[in-house]
Amino acid sequence: MTTYILRRLLLSIPVLLGILFATFVLARVIPGDPCRAALGEKANKTVCDEFMRRHGLDRPIPVQFGVYINEMAHGDFGKSFRFSKTVNELMIERLPITIELSICALLVSILIGIPLGVISAVKHNTWLDVVTMLWANIGVSMPVFWLGLLLAYIFSLTLKGTPFQLPPSGRLSPGLLTDPFMEVWGIKLTEGTTLATFSEFISRMNILNALLSANWKTFKDAVQHIILPSVALGTIPMALIARMTRSAMLDVLGQDYIRTARAKGLRQKAVILKHAFRNALLPIVTVIGLSLGGLLGGAILTETIFNLSGVGRILYEGITARDYGIVQGFTLVIAVFFVFINLLVDISYAYLDPRIRVN
Amino acid sequence: MAVNTAKLNSGELSLKSVSLWQITMHRLLRRKSAMVGVFILGALIFIAFTAHWLAPYDPTKSMLDIKDYPSEYAKKRLDPCIHALGCPAEQPQHLLGLDGNIRDEFSRLLYGARLSLMVGFATVTFAIIIGTILGAVAGYFGGWIDNIIMRVMDVLLAFPSLLLAIAIVTVLGAGLINALLAIGIVSIPAYARVMRASVLSIREMDYVSATRALGGSNLQILFRRILPNALTPLIVQGTLGIASAILDAAALSFLGLGAQPPTPEWGAMLGAERNQVFTAPHLVFYPGLMIMLTVLCFNLIGDGLRDALDPRLAHVS
Repeated sequence: MTTYILRRLLLSIPVLLGILFATFVLARVIPGDPCRAALGEKANKTVCDEFMRRHGLDRPIPVQFGVYINEMAHGDFGKSFRFSKTVNELMIERLPITIELSICALLVSILIGIPLGVISAVKHNTWLDVVTMLWANIGVSMPVFWLGLLLAYIFSLTLKGTPFQLPPSGRLSPGLLTDPFMEVWGIKLTEGTTLATFSEFISRMNILNALLSANWKTFKDAVQHIILPSVALGTIPMALIARMTRSAMLDVLGQDYIRTARAKGLRQKAVILKHAFRNALLPIVTVIGLSLGGLLGGAILTETIFNLSGVGRILYEGITARDYGIVQGFTLVIAVFFVFINLLVDISYAYLDPRIRVN
Repeated sequence: MAVNTAKLNSGELSLKSVSLWQITMHRLLRRKSAMVGVFILGALIFIAFTAHWLAPYDPTKSMLDIKDYPSEYAKKRLDPCIHALGCPAEQPQHLLGLDGNIRDEFSRLLYGARLSLMVGFATVTFAIIIGTILGAVAGYFGGWIDNIIMRVMDVLLAFPSLLLAIAIVTVLGAGLINALLAIGIVSIPAYARVMRASVLSIREMDYVSATRALGGSNLQILFRRILPNALTPLIVQGTLGIASAILDAAALSFLGLGAQPPTPEWGAMLGAERNQVFTAPHLVFYPGLMIMLTVLCFNLIGDGLRDALDPRLAHVS
């Protein structure tokens, strides 16, 4: 297993190098003047020359690439022109919001998608199967931005005044305080240390932070705010997972060993959960892994609609405002995350199906 | 490709040649969900071709610019007015109301079908042509050519498709054609991979070796022997690809990077009115519904085709 993981890690290196090169080129070929995008159209030549010099943009491209590689190797993602902050600081601010949203969306998709797929396969060719698959097909075809707007309309306007009313935008209700959990615990950390950065990162995930500091009012508010974005973002993966679970289960349920298990007199529940589901997991895991990538793309749209200041939104704004630092840093992190997820999917294959390890 | 089927007919054995496409069509016709998809697609194609007859107004013209139009009714985001449902006869009929620029929403929606279908077919055709060539060359020649092409594809696949498309559009400049190109480029790796896999399995077949032994050139083998036989998975991938291309194009237009005003594109229409969802929900609802139906029909047809072309499922139909 270790050899297998090592081999897969080695195979990822050329792709990672390619990604480094692609993000650098991407940021450089975006047309327009970064100085005027950052300082405004009225910035004169002297100011712009100074700006370019300060950010190292007056150097030859190969030198800039060398500096970039060197900075990346030291975990330094550079500076944002617009925010006058380092990209690392912006990542600590923005990543937790998108991670929290993606985890919630993935939970929605797995917790609903898998049971729907299993029920649909077990009740094959019944009305339940037809309705479930119709719903899954509609779910796959749903534009995220449209679904988000519809959900906001239904849950914050149509259901206003009912217990089902949900907030249409933002991460927390205005005026709600969120003290970092470490402060609530009375622990003071020295700024700049890894532990302090990590705890700041965690405390920006509102649900987790509220849970850790036992602030139930904020917890309830944070959960209420994330339901609609998670459902909007999680619908397409949910539908994909449901469809894949159904077809994988149908494949497995037709196998001889399932008939044997039934002939042995095993209960239906044991046959489905222990014999069939475990063997149907492989394609389901693939779809979940692939969906994670799609979630990040969908996050751009979901964050725009629900007014969340996450990675998707900052990246979109960074690209349109030619903020090299943000484009390079965040694109790189997302792409590396993608490669990492693919690696995890491959490793989980080897865990779930021992034949892959041998081959 | 032809398949011989034996048929017992009044005691004697007769052989009838049936092509793979006949079998596929026969199986496809028996799939209700695929037929629903074909029906929706038929309706959309009909709308796209007849939009200029069906649409009561010019999709890009404001009611203020129309002669003799009663100015008291030319209001922003006017609710739908249907005479059969009790709307006063003196008020001009607008089945889906007016949009924020006082244009007829129904006419814009009809014209939108043209753009969406064009987007779907154009991007997929572009991606299939480039992807097929790259995949075929990589699979057939192998070695360093294969390595370079497929590593570039891996890098492209390492970015979320919408993000990459946004980046490419930013480089090329906002606009529908650039959006199409961006989505096309983003979709290339999927086709290249499918094609490469097919070529790898086909290039070892006996009939390919036979052509080689007869002195066939690489190009001849690739384009006349291998490509035609590797098309099946590409067709399935292409149909499903049209669905995701339409979704991505709508998303780009929604973000303001695709079709520019006053082009009647569903994503752009939705994006322009997204802040009015609480006051004029019909302007958000219908364009989104049209996108969903269009994507749904291609997904249903794609699924149907995949099942129909899958020999393992032959017993089902």
